[in-house]
Amino acid sequence: MFDLYVVIFFLWTAIALYLLLGGADFGVGIAELFSNKKNQEQIHKIMYREMGPVWEANHMWLIIVIVILFVGFPQIYSTLSTYLHIPLLIMLLGIIARGTAFTFRHYDAVIDNWHKVYNKIFIYSSFITPFFLGIIAAATVSGTINTEATEFSTAYIWSWLTPFGIALGVFTSCICGYLACSYTISQIENEEEKKYIGKKVKIFLISVILSGGLVFACAGYQNLPLIRWIYGGVVGWAAVLFATLSAIGAFYCIYKNKYSAIRILAGFQVIMILLAVTYGHYPDLVLLKQGSLSLLSGENEPKTIKMLAWALILGSIFILPGVFHLIYSFQKKR
Amino acid sequence: MDDFIAARSQMALSLGFHIIFSCVGMVMPFFMAIAHYKYLKTGDKIYKGLTKAWSKGIAILFATGAVSGTMLSFELGQLWPKFMEHAGSIFGMPFSLEGTAFFVEAIALGFFLYGWGKLNPWFHWFTGLLVGISGLASGILVLAANAWMNSPAGFDFVNGEYLNVNPVKAMFNDAWFSQALHMIIAAFIATGFAVAGVHAFMILKGKNLVFHTKAFKIAAISASIAALIQPLSGDISAKDVSKRQPEKLAAMEAHFHTERNADFILGGIVNENEHKVDYAIKIPGLLSFLSHGDFNAPVKGILDFPEQDRPPVAIVHYAFQIMIMLGVALMIISILYLLAILKKKSWLSKKWLIKLFVMATPLGYIALEAGWVVTEVGRQPWIIYKIMRTSEAVTPMPGIAYTFYLFTLIFMSLSLIVIFLLYRQIKMVPYLYDETDPKFIHKPTNK
Repeated sequence: MFDLYVVIFFLWTAIALYLLLGGADFGVGIAELFSNKKNQEQIHKIMYREMGPVWEANHMWLIIVIVILFVGFPQIYSTLSTYLHIPLLIMLLGIIARGTAFTFRHYDAVIDNWHKVYNKIFIYSSFITPFFLGIIAAATVSGTINTEATEFSTAYIWSWLTPFGIALGVFTSCICGYLACSYTISQIENEEEKKYIGKKVKIFLISVILSGGLVFACAGYQNLPLIRWIYGGVVGWAAVLFATLSAIGAFYCIYKNKYSAIRILAGFQVIMILLAVTYGHYPDLVLLKQGSLSLLSGENEPKTIKMLAWALILGSIFILPGVFHLIYSFQKKR
Repeated sequence: MDDFIAARSQMALSLGFHIIFSCVGMVMPFFMAIAHYKYLKTGDKIYKGLTKAWSKGIAILFATGAVSGTMLSFELGQLWPKFMEHAGSIFGMPFSLEGTAFFVEAIALGFFLYGWGKLNPWFHWFTGLLVGISGLASGILVLAANAWMNSPAGFDFVNGEYLNVNPVKAMFNDAWFSQALHMIIAAFIATGFAVAGVHAFMILKGKNLVFHTKAFKIAAISASIAALIQPLSGDISAKDVSKRQPEKLAAMEAHFHTERNADFILGGIVNENEHKVDYAIKIPGLLSFLSHGDFNAPVKGILDFPEQDRPPVAIVHYAFQIMIMLGVALMIISILYLLAILKKKSWLSKKWLIKLFVMATPLGYIALEAGWVVTEVGRQPWIIYKIMRTSEAVTPMPGIAYTFYLFTLIFMSLSLIVIFLLYRQIKMVPYLYDETDPKFIHKPTNK
């Protein structure tokens, strides 16, 4: 049983890190998307300076999540990939378009009009990918996946296309933009740049709060017990409390024009939100129309789980120091 | 288009695309590390420029490989959910280790690309080498997973249930070693000839001669050595396949009837109605010898297997022939080149030798793709050999034909963009990478 908890811990951590690091990467594009032409280039320049070296590593977390799912919980993996085929496909297209456009715009040896094309692809796919990540996350807990459906639209479209899904998609994108801006601003030394990105931080934080409200409204509309999941236990309450305090702290930072702590506050706030929404229905990872798929169902192979737990522990011993050293050394020596 | 065929085509396309980039990720970092080593030892600025030029190429190709790899980890479930539901926990072990290796590769590449002038020079060199080592490790691990589909191990299959799962035994299955060996060497040949060919073309055009000659030499020597040792690993693979998957061997050689002293068939047109191969070159007894080490050993023909268990003969045979013939062609070029280096130095300045390499640019990759067609189509109709049929594993979702068209479009445009970008990189060599060129733009920072 211990092995299984290790695996579940890594699954949650990988999701959290993907949201924090990958999400901030998406946020760069989202911040560019929601700024006028004149400032777009400046944002691009500032943010690339801060994010460049870790780009490749940020998106590996998603692969870790997928690998843990299909090795440890193949039932969950195959159910999700069957009934959420379409949103997964769109998300994948987003990942492909974004990843390649990002690389291309930085490694193209010649700078000309092609960069406008890369840019367009980059900013739109930066928005679409987390939006669909939100839709997928919503679909896993909405109870809309119908494994007995025979009709195409019931089985493969209404499984994910819901108001709650769209609201969570918007919320996820807002979170990404907020993370990107608050990570960057703590690094900036130039006062003018700081002021400009500071405004962005404020707008994204407000949009996170507003879209969060929308998520609750849509959940209520679909009769999802989101409120009970979150406020049903001490952990959920505490997480929401901490998230709210972080948001207040962030507003204070903006008001006082002191940005050094804001990246920690933003990251902490997002982790608390993730904790609040995932803890409520743990250990069920997927809620179907017919029952649920639990992480603790005991259907997984004990030997595989044991090996996976060891692989993850060993892997993190190799990887984590590398990631932190990478982030650290480039911040220090810039 | 039938959904099942569409799913298979989409998978083949995605894998065929991804393989090219993963090979580059396994091999090119080593070329780069050689150039970088020479720069650190000699201080020759040309090697520094070459290291940088290659690292940019690697970055472009690595990103493409990373996104297509991410996509594959989803596609496995999207297209073959029933397969993943049962196989995931058995053959997933190498995938979870591969995740680690790939992660290390990404971090090392991050260090390398942004580390010029920021890291200790030898540590910087090591991060470049680490990109290659971890790339190689992830390649070997993925091959272990594929080999498991050819040679399922590490579980008991009782009444349709998968019992007593042992992921370690599954990983070190019987086909693992021969497949990994053959593919790693193939990656060196394919990437080596592709890189050498591009630089050979620039030499022919007379551009930045010293720069491109140095680059050419590193790639060409590596490719030539790999091409010369590949037949040995091919022999190990053939013996292994004949033992484990006799139907695949029979299809590779379009060997219809069981017989002793079986001929090795080279080329020809498969006549599936009359169960023979027309216009082929036949070498008596060689097939028996190659598969069993004995000219008189019997080799089972495809007709002796139940019809529903036979792989398609023609495709597998043609793919196998393409692989063998290209392999031989590359071996001849390699012998000529190594001879030129060791004995006939005057050949090195001859145009014909350089032209041969230009012509050979895509051949290694074509051979490599053909080899994968042999492996994958030769395993049909099974997704897990003798355990689960491919048709049982396919997704219930209709309309896969449309996603196949979509993916075809995406891969085609991605390929075009990648080629376009590499072309621009090469065009910019005099400005960005060759410091001896008068056109070189000196920049104050090392970015």
